[in-house]
Amino acid sequence: MTRASDAARLPPPLVGVDPAWSRLVRAVDAEGIARTWHLLDNGVTPTIGTLLCVHGNPTWSFLWRRFIAQAPPGWRVVAVDQLGMGWSERTTPRTLAQRVDDLGSLTEALGLTGPVVTLAHDWGGPISLGWALEHRDQLRAVVLTNTAVHQPADAAGPALIRLAHTPGVRQSSCVATPTFVRATTALSRPALPREVRDAFAAPYASAFRRQAVGDFVADIPFDPRHPSAPRLDDIAARLSELADVPALLLWGPRDPVFSDVYLRDLRKRMPHADVHRYEGASHLVTEDAPLAATHVWQWLADLADLPEADREADASDPPPTDQSAGEPLWAALSARSNDHATAIVELGAHERRVSFAQLESTVRDLAAGLVGAGVRPGHRVAMLVPPGADLSAAVYACWRVGASVVVADAGLGVRRMGRALRGSAPDHVIGIAKGLLLARAAGVPGQLIAAGPLDRATMALVGAAHSLADLARSGRSTPLPALPSPDGDPEMAVLFTSGATGPPKGVVYRQGQLRAQLAALRTTYRLTTEDRLVAAFAPFALYGPALGLGSAVPDMDVTAPDTLTATALADAVSAVDGTVVFASPAALRNVVATAHDLTPQHRHALAGVRLLMSAGAPVPASLLRAMTEVLPAAEAHTPYGMTECLPVADISLTEIEALGAGDGVCVGHPVAGVTVAVIALDADGRAVGDPAVTAGVTGEVCVRAAHLKDRYDQLWATERASRHSSGWHRTGDAGHLDDDGRLWVEGRLVHVVTGPDGPVTPVGPEQRIEALPQVDTAAVVGVGPAATQQTVVVVVRSGTAPPGEPRDGLAAPDLSAAVRASAGVPVAAVLVARALPVDIRHASKIDRSRVSDWATSVLVGKRAGRP
Amino acid sequence: MKVLVTGASGMLGRQTALALAARGDDVTVLQRHPSGLPLPEVLADVADRAAMRAAVAGHDAVLHLAAKVNVTGRWADYERANVQGTASVVQACAASGVERLVHVSSPSVAHSGASLVGVGAEVADPTGARGHYARSKAYAEQVALGGDGETLAVVAIRPHLVWGPGDTQLVGRLVERAQSGRLPIIGSGAALIDSTYVTNAVDALVAAVDRCREAHGQALVVSNGEPRPVGELIADICRAAGAPTPTRHVPFPAAALVGGLVDAIWATRLALPFGGSPGDPPLTRFLAEQLSTAHWFDQRRTRELLKWTPAVSLEQGLAELADSFGTT
Repeated sequence: MTRASDAARLPPPLVGVDPAWSRLVRAVDAEGIARTWHLLDNGVTPTIGTLLCVHGNPTWSFLWRRFIAQAPPGWRVVAVDQLGMGWSERTTPRTLAQRVDDLGSLTEALGLTGPVVTLAHDWGGPISLGWALEHRDQLRAVVLTNTAVHQPADAAGPALIRLAHTPGVRQSSCVATPTFVRATTALSRPALPREVRDAFAAPYASAFRRQAVGDFVADIPFDPRHPSAPRLDDIAARLSELADVPALLLWGPRDPVFSDVYLRDLRKRMPHADVHRYEGASHLVTEDAPLAATHVWQWLADLADLPEADREADASDPPPTDQSAGEPLWAALSARSNDHATAIVELGAHERRVSFAQLESTVRDLAAGLVGAGVRPGHRVAMLVPPGADLSAAVYACWRVGASVVVADAGLGVRRMGRALRGSAPDHVIGIAKGLLLARAAGVPGQLIAAGPLDRATMALVGAAHSLADLARSGRSTPLPALPSPDGDPEMAVLFTSGATGPPKGVVYRQGQLRAQLAALRTTYRLTTEDRLVAAFAPFALYGPALGLGSAVPDMDVTAPDTLTATALADAVSAVDGTVVFASPAALRNVVATAHDLTPQHRHALAGVRLLMSAGAPVPASLLRAMTEVLPAAEAHTPYGMTECLPVADISLTEIEALGAGDGVCVGHPVAGVTVAVIALDADGRAVGDPAVTAGVTGEVCVRAAHLKDRYDQLWATERASRHSSGWHRTGDAGHLDDDGRLWVEGRLVHVVTGPDGPVTPVGPEQRIEALPQVDTAAVVGVGPAATQQTVVVVVRSGTAPPGEPRDGLAAPDLSAAVRASAGVPVAAVLVARALPVDIRHASKIDRSRVSDWATSVLVGKRAGRP
Repeated sequence: MKVLVTGASGMLGRQTALALAARGDDVTVLQRHPSGLPLPEVLADVADRAAMRAAVAGHDAVLHLAAKVNVTGRWADYERANVQGTASVVQACAASGVERLVHVSSPSVAHSGASLVGVGAEVADPTGARGHYARSKAYAEQVALGGDGETLAVVAIRPHLVWGPGDTQLVGRLVERAQSGRLPIIGSGAALIDSTYVTNAVDALVAAVDRCREAHGQALVVSNGEPRPVGELIADICRAAGAPTPTRHVPFPAAALVGGLVDAIWATRLALPFGGSPGDPPLTRFLAEQLSTAHWFDQRRTRELLKWTPAVSLEQGLAELADSFGTT
């Protein structure tokens, strides 16, 4: 007999919930007692399948409202309120085993017979997985969000939950007061709207109604003797049975309860799972990242399309073949094991020279030592070591073991770098003292290994278990590890995008892709073993040994490219008789500025350089021209590419100067092995069609190459959006191909102005405006809603402003007229600013989105300050 | 086509009547005072229902421009001219079996004082509209579109800030104030404002007569689609007219405060019997808002439904204006 207060009921009207979804259903519980459940159910007769959604504690089916609202035709969505929770009937405490059985009994009562996809959050995870393991015949896929099936050894346990688990605390925080209920929805940043927080709390308005919230916490088995422990262990152990069931893990890494530790545990148990980490999202990941609902439906649609997609992949052109297929990345190094020529020179106060023979033997010893320290094929090893001999030895040793290296660039800034590294979930971290401290502070997981001279006390302080020197020593007496299996194409590196428009994204490369990149560099720049490389550009400093080139690292702070002086560059060149120089434009600017310090000896050494490459940010032709004074014999080139694919195209200074001005920046012909195509923009400025190689059509630049990234790391939805179809990567750049097949870049796709007369790309007009004598820099931005935007130009003056012109605001009439006359596109307004905001990493990419926001404020008549 | 044009004494009404006649339509004009146009003419008050029924009879289309356009005055006058007048026109059309009615409205009917940035024609809102003119036009548009039905197709066209040679409303007032040094720049002068060169507005109204069936029941904003910072637009118009360009800035809050006070004083004076002829006050709150907030519009729907695009650019329009003032 149910007391009235125990009874299930229908919720009041709530935001985002169609009252028609709410229903009460009778089903027997695990003990055979009839219970009434409240569900949100779209009531569709499924022709494709049913999405069965299971919430955790202390939420309810409200959590899944967006999934119901966005359900495509053919899908039924059933979101349950667990017994005692939400608007379902209040009961005596339920154990995990009972809850799994309760759910099974409910789905039986509902007659869910067709294919089912489970979707769960928090402690709903183990319950849904328990159901999944018992319904293999109808299980189509599994989706999990911030949950756990096991307390990993390296976790202190969800400290907050452990605290709440303490009986006194549990009663007061979970039942007697709504602290726990309210705290759950208070974790989000930015905060959830009040109406959403209230909706989550609505069914838990009294201590009586919250009883199950406390009981649920009490049922978490922290102790192996806990009655629910065996069932949880059983579910965790049997996850391997789901190896052939498609799985998707969606994660909010800011969750103080189910941190990345639990994601790593689940990924180990379900290595085939697709993963998307929503950087910045917290425990209620589907609230903090509302797009998660869209992503789940996309993922499910892709599952249904899979056989078709496979056919499409077969039909499309195969990516260019890898010329040195089969050779490991360290082959060029092994080939020189008896060569005493210089492999790496570190310039600076303590100049250090390492020969190829030395480097090769260090790599071998270190590889053996790393195996002894637990580094295994497939592991990820984060590198927090400045470019030089130690970094090269560590990287090649990891590759020799079959491990992948995670290389973060200090240019990301310490906080973003820490977050990026933590997200990449390395198994080990190799770093200098500063790097290891950063890794500790940022919560980067993994065993710490010290690089460079570090005394025992410091090692103990930072928590380093080993040092590279010790490992190399111990490795010397250990047999070389077996070569990684030659069949597979193992992951070799994770690099990071600059994240100019969001958090940095991890980019995963496999061995074949890195090998192809080396081949592309070798072919494009005709590199031979006669060349020696001076790399003032972090990623390329690593490639000397793989290319079989001696290399030098100039004396500079690699995290600040503008610390490279002309004399430091000359010293590095003369140390290895350098023939090739690779440096970022910021570094070159300082070299030009300090060229007056060069001695005749310096100039003599620099005259031996045959090739200058500069990349990392837009490289003005004037800068390359100025560098010809410093490197008189060098042909200046600028490769175009991105973290996801480099190089894509290349152009020389000679070619830039011969071409003159055009619509955008000419980045040259695609390099050998790269295909470039363009997805034309529609009237609304969206790139929606197929990539095509048609001259003169402006659109999103797409590339195919054997050295294109494998994927974004744990960013399933980003990866999906970046792939047009098999093989094509959408760069997010807008541009066009000319009649001769050269690529012209016209700006970022997100910065294209979408006006009523069609899209306007910013770079062409900016270049024309910047040719005016009174203009230093210009930014062309759109204001107003997409597809009906007006074009606005914001300029930084090169001279003094006329009286009456504000420092940041409407430009004086004569400047305005000059800009309109030169822009080549209709301009609604011309504004002036003291400076334009730029990105952190390169300090040269104009943040046009911020400029647009500022211009919008000014042009509605607001007092807007400066951009 | 037999077309009746109401309110042909203003710049837009005159030119539209002439344009319709020039392409061969059989045009009659209707207003209270002789227009001087070489066209058949009925002298009547649109609010006079019997006179309107008689005037409308036998026409295929009515283009209704007649309205009280001002920034001050008594509500009763606006209500009679704009709301009752429109109701009278709609009723006459319905009674006489006229098939097309083009009602000339104003973007101010949907403007509550906030900036309008690239929006379409939003629903007319008499309670939110600012000032007697905008409120009365909002009611008028509701009345007009309420008459849209099976036999009578009604479309409301909202031309935004129409100007051109011979314009006494916008250009005339700006130039007169600029010459007497009473034209300040309100706020930063940077608010983006769209406007309509008169020829483009005429073309749009002619197109609306032709496309009345396809666009019926809709309100459509018409503009050049070339917004400019308000300070720049006013300076350009002054320059074309040979008047001094404004240099004095008045911050918006001060302008609004003064404008509000002026509104209140003028309202009091007008409410008094024998209050005298106040003319236009130098500034009203409505005007202050109009000149310091952005107003520009999404023209895609208008262009698609009317099959019309502006033929004269802002630059060409300014050149024609300068020609008319002999300042080129």
